[in-house]
Amino acid sequence: MSVESIRSPASREQRPVDAPVWQVRVGTRLSRIAAVAGIALIVALAALPAVASRNLIQDLIFVFTMLSLAQLWNVLAGWGGLVSVGQQAFVGLGAYALFAGIVMAGLDPVAAIPLAGLFAALVAAVLGPLLFRLEGPYFAIGSWVAAEALRLICAQFKSLGGGTGMSISPGELSQMVGLKAVQALLGLRPAAARDVLVYWLALLLAVLVTLGIYAFMRSHHGLALAASRDNAAAARSVGVRTARTRHVLWIAVAFATGMVGALVYLQKARISPDAAFSVTDWTAYVIFIVVIGGVRTIEGPMVGVLLLWGLVTYLAQYGSLYLVVLGTLAIPIMLFMPNGVWGAAARRWQLQLFPTQRWLGRSESGPMPL
Amino acid sequence: MSGFDTIIEGVLLGGVYALFALGLSLIFGIMRLVNLAHGDLILLAAYLVLSATTALGLPLAAASLLVVITMFVLGFVLQRLVLERVLGDDILPPLLVTFGLSIVIQNGLLLGYGADSRRLQAGAFESSSVALAPGLSVGLAPLTALVTAVAAVALLQLIFYRTSLGRAFRATADNPAIAQLMGINERNVYAIAVGLSLAVSVIAAVVLGIRASFDPSIGPARLLYAFEAVIIGGLGSLWGTLAGGIVLGLAQAIGGRINPEWQILAGHLAFLVVLMVRPRGLFPARRT
Repeated sequence: MSVESIRSPASREQRPVDAPVWQVRVGTRLSRIAAVAGIALIVALAALPAVASRNLIQDLIFVFTMLSLAQLWNVLAGWGGLVSVGQQAFVGLGAYALFAGIVMAGLDPVAAIPLAGLFAALVAAVLGPLLFRLEGPYFAIGSWVAAEALRLICAQFKSLGGGTGMSISPGELSQMVGLKAVQALLGLRPAAARDVLVYWLALLLAVLVTLGIYAFMRSHHGLALAASRDNAAAARSVGVRTARTRHVLWIAVAFATGMVGALVYLQKARISPDAAFSVTDWTAYVIFIVVIGGVRTIEGPMVGVLLLWGLVTYLAQYGSLYLVVLGTLAIPIMLFMPNGVWGAAARRWQLQLFPTQRWLGRSESGPMPL
Repeated sequence: MSGFDTIIEGVLLGGVYALFALGLSLIFGIMRLVNLAHGDLILLAAYLVLSATTALGLPLAAASLLVVITMFVLGFVLQRLVLERVLGDDILPPLLVTFGLSIVIQNGLLLGYGADSRRLQAGAFESSSVALAPGLSVGLAPLTALVTAVAAVALLQLIFYRTSLGRAFRATADNPAIAQLMGINERNVYAIAVGLSLAVSVIAAVVLGIRASFDPSIGPARLLYAFEAVIIGGLGSLWGTLAGGIVLGLAQAIGGRINPEWQILAGHLAFLVVLMVRPRGLFPARRT
């Protein structure tokens, strides 16, 4: 975050002494304050398990994992134009890979998480070229078909519980790396200590995903991605390798999504194909978060996930009514507030906590004409 | 004869899938809109027909006609009030709005009708069969479904290529701006297209409800079958969609014959294979 501006090539050339210096900027004063506040918040959240109740820790695991999924979907669909309705495929694959690693290969759960991500990325690398043959909106349903096919394939593995699913016994998780240390540190029983460990991993993943996407969107790769979405032909004509950019993004998002899936199911310790590949849990909620918060912003999913958390807390007991409410909230927002709650607020009050837009400005240090 | 049975079963199943797919294909062809709520709208129509037969006591045919009119109006209003606002170059808003609609309809049906399986009652028609050849008889209901699908495709083709409405559809699909210059009201054309799509979906719903039991959760799967039929058949061709539905039905019937658990999976895999070897579908339209 140290580089807040990119000098335009013209400024490096020889020029008259009194000409203004033009710079492409992506940072604001507010964004520098936000960076400091963000670091303070992360430190506070990391220390929270020392005082918080187990309920709050479990709620925050939900918030962090959903935030990661929302950030990932936002970069894929919002910035990348790859509107996938099949991200549950990678949550489910990550979860199943984790269970397979623990049950079949006897791996340590924490070590199995990145491997689960790799497995999801591998499947994405194979599926990508097929699904990319479907243009725009058809890609959406194609990704959904792929997720359904993978759900049915996972249900065929009798050793992983087949169609009804399976549980991992607490005994199998008690030797998990770091668990004993957390127990000793906070004086917790194994089940509560496992939640704390998952909490820290979920926080770490959410921070890494958010910062990773932020850095990516501020880099020239992010610019290339947005250009590929807006006008693929024009982007290619200026040298952007649109197909490769999208393919790499698709695989990277699957990798991180698979790790989130593994983490979620490490905490649940119970898996079934219908739950792990649920379109409602892993795609509808995620889309709701991004739409309500604000698509194509880093802040939007953060606002959205907090709103969803609030709605879940008060409405989840009503079952299907809750989903009807979420849907009926999302449709008018899409119609009348297409940039979401954060987008509207940002426009009104000129807020940019994690700016990704670039604009031209005169250098403060440069000599001013007139 | 088991192999032959499977083929007949697959072809008949394909007729149902083609009916699912026609409405989806119609509005994509005319306005480039992919309606993610398509499967749930079929389910909504099935439940409306169910209510019309049970609560109002109407015979099935009259109930279906009533629901056809209802769904046409619903489609017209849906386009004018909601979908019209999100059509444009950005593909994200229409996808998200129809996805939201899908969630609302599915869970609304769950609230209104519960999660129990329902079925449309069609009396003796459900179980009777006709003998096509000595030793070969097929169920009347599945056969009617296939015949209905063929008739629906023929009727839509007739509307498309022999009426002024069809000309307006084709003109708007080709170039909305020039169609407007020629005096076509683009907004009405789109609204009629969505209405027609939902009206056709009622036929699919009735066939679905007579053949098998349904519950609110099966809508998305109908959308996927419809979509697979469209892509396997090739974009832009209604007869292709019919053929795509039959290929999908055959794949599912053959997969199910090998192992009942593989029926749906075989359909999805057939779709992925077609995407691999013939990405434009088996029978793509000559014009794009």
